[in-house]
Amino acid sequence: MKPIYLDNNATTAVAPEVLEAMLPYYRDLYGNPSSMHTFGGQVHRKIEEARAQVAALINAEPEEIVFTSCGSESDNTALMSAVESFPHKRHVITTRVEHPAILNFARFLSRKGYRVTFLPVDSAGRLDRDVFLKSLDDDTAIVSIMFANNETGVIFPISELGELAREKGILFHTDAVQAGGKLPLDVKKLAVDMLSLSGHKLHAPKGVGALYIRKGTRFHPYIIGGHQEHGRRAGTENVASIIGMGKACELALGHLATEASRLAGLRDGLEQALVASCPDARVNGDIGNRLPNTTNISFEFVEGEAILLRLNEFGVCASSGSACASGSLEPSHVLRAMGIPFTAIHGSIRFSLSRFTTESELNRVIEILPPIINELRQLSPYGRDKIMRKAPGDVAAGFDKRS
Amino acid sequence: MWDYTEKVKDFFLHPKNTGEIQNPDAVGEVGSIICGDALKLTLKIDKTTGRITDAKFQTFGCASAIASSSVLTELIKGKTVDEALRVTNQDIADFLGGLPKEKMHCSVMGREALEAAIANYRGEKKPVEVEGKVICKCFEVTEEKIRKVALENHLTTVEDVTNFTKAGGGCGSCVPEIETILKDLWSSPQAQEMPQAPKPMTNLRKIALIQDVLEQEIRPRLQADGGDIELKDIVGNRVIVSFRALCVGCPMGDITIQGIQEKLRELVSSNIVVEEE
Repeated sequence: MKPIYLDNNATTAVAPEVLEAMLPYYRDLYGNPSSMHTFGGQVHRKIEEARAQVAALINAEPEEIVFTSCGSESDNTALMSAVESFPHKRHVITTRVEHPAILNFARFLSRKGYRVTFLPVDSAGRLDRDVFLKSLDDDTAIVSIMFANNETGVIFPISELGELAREKGILFHTDAVQAGGKLPLDVKKLAVDMLSLSGHKLHAPKGVGALYIRKGTRFHPYIIGGHQEHGRRAGTENVASIIGMGKACELALGHLATEASRLAGLRDGLEQALVASCPDARVNGDIGNRLPNTTNISFEFVEGEAILLRLNEFGVCASSGSACASGSLEPSHVLRAMGIPFTAIHGSIRFSLSRFTTESELNRVIEILPPIINELRQLSPYGRDKIMRKAPGDVAAGFDKRS
Repeated sequence: MWDYTEKVKDFFLHPKNTGEIQNPDAVGEVGSIICGDALKLTLKIDKTTGRITDAKFQTFGCASAIASSSVLTELIKGKTVDEALRVTNQDIADFLGGLPKEKMHCSVMGREALEAAIANYRGEKKPVEVEGKVICKCFEVTEEKIRKVALENHLTTVEDVTNFTKAGGGCGSCVPEIETILKDLWSSPQAQEMPQAPKPMTNLRKIALIQDVLEQEIRPRLQADGGDIELKDIVGNRVIVSFRALCVGCPMGDITIQGIQEKLRELVSSNIVVEEE
């Protein structure tokens, strides 16, 4: 059974053209780009071509791109570089809804004695501009705010926030791993100093990422060793994957204009059909300001892992913010930060589309999901018409003490 | 993705005994929607014999929670209340061919619902809700429950306690307290006197036992009536047999199978299911 893959914010299929571009560098052209001989030198040239392709996606200069091993490394590098570059500054600002690569690094800094501000979001997942502005001070080493949220797709006003930080001379990083290839990004217009990208979210393979570092930004490498990447990231290059990422960025840029509106149309159709056919379903996040490929829908009174495994029987791949599906016992930190009731968090399902998603695939989901929800609701002791023994409280006692 | 057994998947996709019994004789409700799983168990109990004649469940939760609840109803149906109380969370997990260790709390929830329902039937307080200090505030787990489940399942590490009760799996601020409870529990005279929790039966041991019972208890009796059976296979808790001699085509076949199953459940393990090939 060919899967109906609607989990593209988790990872994407490697595009056929990308794989084609990579294969020669596994088979024949295995030289080390740092070598003096022509055999290695030709690989070096190809890496520079990939650098230019990645730069073009965000309108950067090629020398502003550093290749890394993944989005998480790019994120960690940005924060580490900022605190190393400004050792006297002991304050870091981020949000409560970041990817764990930022969130847990910020917690790590907090344990090292840094003051960390985790900005709250409202019920639609939006930041408050004034709260952000008040958090900036002379002690702030860096602000790191994601471009778009991986779970809800909500887009933050990075252009405006970056300007506010720049006015105060504070370094600004954005994790654009989810936005890359899905939204037009132009670092010439955005007041960001660093920006993270990941290959496998835009149809390149896993194991490669990039960090944009604006020319003139103080920088300290995270991985220390050889002279690769102009001393900004040591370690022999992941040649084939870097070439793949370059090709994937070139393709993404080419598809951007048409795909953004096509995906938004497909996504809206899916969302509206599901909300119409399933009672007690709600869309999470700021509907008017989201990634075009993402929808996060809560089906109240049923549990997400159960929904996912029933969908799995039909070959449909999606993800959930429920505790059971997270691999830990805690439900989604993003939905909790938004104050979504627990009844709705546990039953949240994220569908994330890609340019390989077809309308007929979504029609299949529209056909099979409502009966699944209905069946699981029959199994559930909770429901609109049932007497709940315990009221579904909006806030659990202990969960959010930490941040 | 969780590594669920085929049995878990089967009971999740095709759960048995779902719903709610009207005018039940016993109701057990445990868990809460905040914690992510909840189970409502309703029972019909024959007041003269004390036998559970029907059991149904409603569960809010993941695949293993639904499967565990369904298996619980299968295991207790037909048992007396006292017999049912001997069904442990490990029996539920065993029947399913095992649960991922992070999901053991689903089987504990089943056991708790059973205790709650029987306490309700007997007009007692629910055992898990007796007064107790709440240790894990994220999942509302009391010290009583941590001690009880740790003793019953011989849990010695915080990770085990989290897997079985969820306590400590949220913000983590109660982890030191759980450590203290475990230390106290396993150094107390009560624990010293407790026999070591029985180790789960190995498959080898189980197969040997089943063979012994069939050879010594079952076949001689069938042979006395001119019948016989042959053991074909043992898959998890399923014992597959084939009729021989006069048993072949015997209209009492179902009753014979039932009898074999009861004997094996009594002498080997309470969750054995006998099937004809």
